[in-house]
Amino acid sequence: MPLALEGSQAVARAVALCRPQVVAAYPITPQTHIVEGIARLVADGRFACEMVSVESEHSAATVALGAALAGSRAYTASSSQGILLMSEVLYNIAGLRVPLVMTCANRALGAPLSIWNDQQDSMAVRDAGWIQLYCANNQEAVDTTIQAFRLAEATELPVMVCIDGFTLTHTLEALDLPTQQQVDAFLPSYSFSRALDPAAPISVGTLVAPEYFSEVRHAHHRAVLAALDEVEAVDAAYARITGRAAGGLLEVRGDSAARIGILALGSVLGTLEDAMMRQPELPRARLIKLRAFRPFPAGLLRRACAGLEHLVVLERAIAPGSGGILGPEAALALAGLDDGPRLHNVAAGLGGRDLPLELYSDLIALAAAPPRPFGIIDARPERLPVEDR
Amino acid sequence: MLEIRIHGRGGQGNVVAAYLLATAAIGFGRQAQAFPAFGAERRGAPVAAFVRIDDQPILRRCQVREPAFLIVQDQALMHGGVTAGLKPGGGVLVNWGGEDAPERGAVQGEVIGIPAARMALEFLGRPVPNTALLAAFLALTGVLPLQALLDALAQRFKDEVLENNRKLVEYAAARVEAGRWREAAHALGA
Repeated sequence: MPLALEGSQAVARAVALCRPQVVAAYPITPQTHIVEGIARLVADGRFACEMVSVESEHSAATVALGAALAGSRAYTASSSQGILLMSEVLYNIAGLRVPLVMTCANRALGAPLSIWNDQQDSMAVRDAGWIQLYCANNQEAVDTTIQAFRLAEATELPVMVCIDGFTLTHTLEALDLPTQQQVDAFLPSYSFSRALDPAAPISVGTLVAPEYFSEVRHAHHRAVLAALDEVEAVDAAYARITGRAAGGLLEVRGDSAARIGILALGSVLGTLEDAMMRQPELPRARLIKLRAFRPFPAGLLRRACAGLEHLVVLERAIAPGSGGILGPEAALALAGLDDGPRLHNVAAGLGGRDLPLELYSDLIALAAAPPRPFGIIDARPERLPVEDR
Repeated sequence: MLEIRIHGRGGQGNVVAAYLLATAAIGFGRQAQAFPAFGAERRGAPVAAFVRIDDQPILRRCQVREPAFLIVQDQALMHGGVTAGLKPGGGVLVNWGGEDAPERGAVQGEVIGIPAARMALEFLGRPVPNTALLAAFLALTGVLPLQALLDALAQRFKDEVLENNRKLVEYAAARVEAGRWREAAHALGA
């Protein structure tokens, strides 16, 4: 029997099922309900962990880093400006190759101040060296949260689980939580190979001179790329235990024979799929739901795009002065193909603007229109002074 | 798919109402989704929440712009444009404290008022209109049996509070014409 759960409460319970020994977090909208949920489970005696209340996100990430370095399974969560304040530590966590799990409840970045959803925050730290997985619904959020611990521990890399703020975190729906026995079987207790131990001291975080820095970066890049296989292996292992996979590296939905593809991250895919199914008069699309943004599954994306004439890449963040973020990465992955699709790159739903069913027909229409440079498809420049349009 | 929008003021339990309705539907074996209109919530500010109920998995995550039904927790909001987008033939259930029946105005559907806050004050000691409105809504539409709402309430409350809510649900449901919106719910939820 599925449970009626708010996304954040479900994620909190999923975290508890994974038995991290240390949770450190600082509340920020829209992540707050996750941390409150964990705190309540701890206070009620339903979840035994060291819950560290800190004075900032920088400290939250630092406590999680320290705990993980000491050999604990560690977890934190944040959003938006909190991710930015953590960013120094996020690079260190990844550079030190420390496994831990963080939920990013995706929210816009200021200025202008916005508490609402887009994906600018996780995109701002896309190059920190973390694995980044994006969830399309709350069931995926539950399952990906649990998988993230095993993935982190198998790769000795940190994993960021990205969940659209409000759109998922504050939505109640029917969810299945695996049992404690299932999670224990999937995620055995863990021992960090490089845990700090006074009996066998090692140096961590040392200065690396130009003589070796490039090699360290090379090794890190290779390690994140090598996690491609592990993302799929962990999803498959989870499916064997729970009967449910969470989307691997990417998932192709919709019409596999369609000429038009739409590539996107996160919860907008559901709205697009619904719109497509309910409007049979519109051209079909192949919906490419990218779950792993880091590592970037370029080869799999090429295969997913085979036979497409058009690929619309929908962004939930932008790179001002350049354009899209996912779009250029997709373009690079598809570069050199003789019969590759024509790319159309747009952003929508920034700062919480509603992503309505009409978005599907707007995206499909791009394929029939003359090529256009990157733009925010749901912006209304006529509301701006003439000089800003 | 039946789409419902709930309007009220911060502190009136709007999100709770949406969550209760979706929880009741899920407990009854239906698919459901509930979420707030994501504002910076402040006590007293106009807020909204959305509920979808269907027999198929619900994929869309956009706001409900054209609801079949509206539940309005503060009658003063009826002048604030909250009825925008109501599907023709739909209904508005409003917490109504006036002597006369609520005016339909430009609404393309029936407007029914019940003194939900007064009922809640009597049964719960607090003027929170959401439970009484949900009970009346289920009685009017027949979308779910009252027991589904009672089961959802039992996940949230216990003992005396739950018992008082049960009495309130039965009282409020009996104050409206059972099944009056059943056909509308069937037609607009298809």
